[in-house]
Amino acid sequence: MLDTAFFYAFALLVLGGALLTITQRNAVHSAIWLIVSLIGVAGLFLLQKAEFLFAVQIILYVGGIMVLFLFVIMLVNLDEAARERQFRGRWWVALGCLALVAAETAYFVIKGRDAFRFAPRPETPASPLGNTEQLADVLFSTYLLPFELASVLLLVAIVGSVVMAKKRI
Amino acid sequence: MQGVPLSWYLILSAILFALGVAGFLFRRSIITVFMSIELMLNAVNLSFVAFSYQFKQVDGHLFTFFVMVVAAAEAAVGLAIILTVFRNRATLNIDEINSLKY
Repeated sequence: MLDTAFFYAFALLVLGGALLTITQRNAVHSAIWLIVSLIGVAGLFLLQKAEFLFAVQIILYVGGIMVLFLFVIMLVNLDEAARERQFRGRWWVALGCLALVAAETAYFVIKGRDAFRFAPRPETPASPLGNTEQLADVLFSTYLLPFELASVLLLVAIVGSVVMAKKRI
Repeated sequence: MQGVPLSWYLILSAILFALGVAGFLFRRSIITVFMSIELMLNAVNLSFVAFSYQFKQVDGHLFTFFVMVVAAAEAAVGLAIILTVFRNRATLNIDEINSLKY
């Protein structure tokens, strides 16, 4: 019962934030509403007992990526951009795509309503470990190679963005 | 059945993804287009975690984690590209930025 109430509250945050993100004129307002939406997603993570991802979502997305966005918005001069027409001319193409996706989604949701009920898994004994410990166990054993690759990817991204954003090397 | 059914999360994720696609196609400012991509990534993350919760396995959490890492790398490189484009063209309108090189 309480879960449902929280789900509705967070879903409202997510969808309202997303809607305002894509409709606001000012890029800074867009970024702020995107932060609201990301916090809503973080709340939904917490609702699904993903505490680690909740923390990562707040720290990495809201604290890292969105601050980066705001810095770039401050660095580029968007005053003129805010005054001119914000939406592209071919909006009817986008509307058509959206209607298609909505129709498809509605069709499959209605057709496959029963398929959403999965057989309940056999009751596994509740692990004494918390979510973060479980994640660490799997991350550093099964997913060790992707983890190392991710660190290399981040290094390449850092070097690449510095090289690109700098005026003279 | 405990808590909120899986289908609600999936429908929420689909709507969020559709909003991201709409922003990607509608907007002219390259920065807002970029934010729409972040919205789409979050929609996918949400459905990963929903499935992971349903099946009581942590693999979905790890995929979400990797998606976040790639999103961070993508944001850093993409914003650097935006800065460079703005320095060279003095505009961020995607209709005017239609070639990579003069």
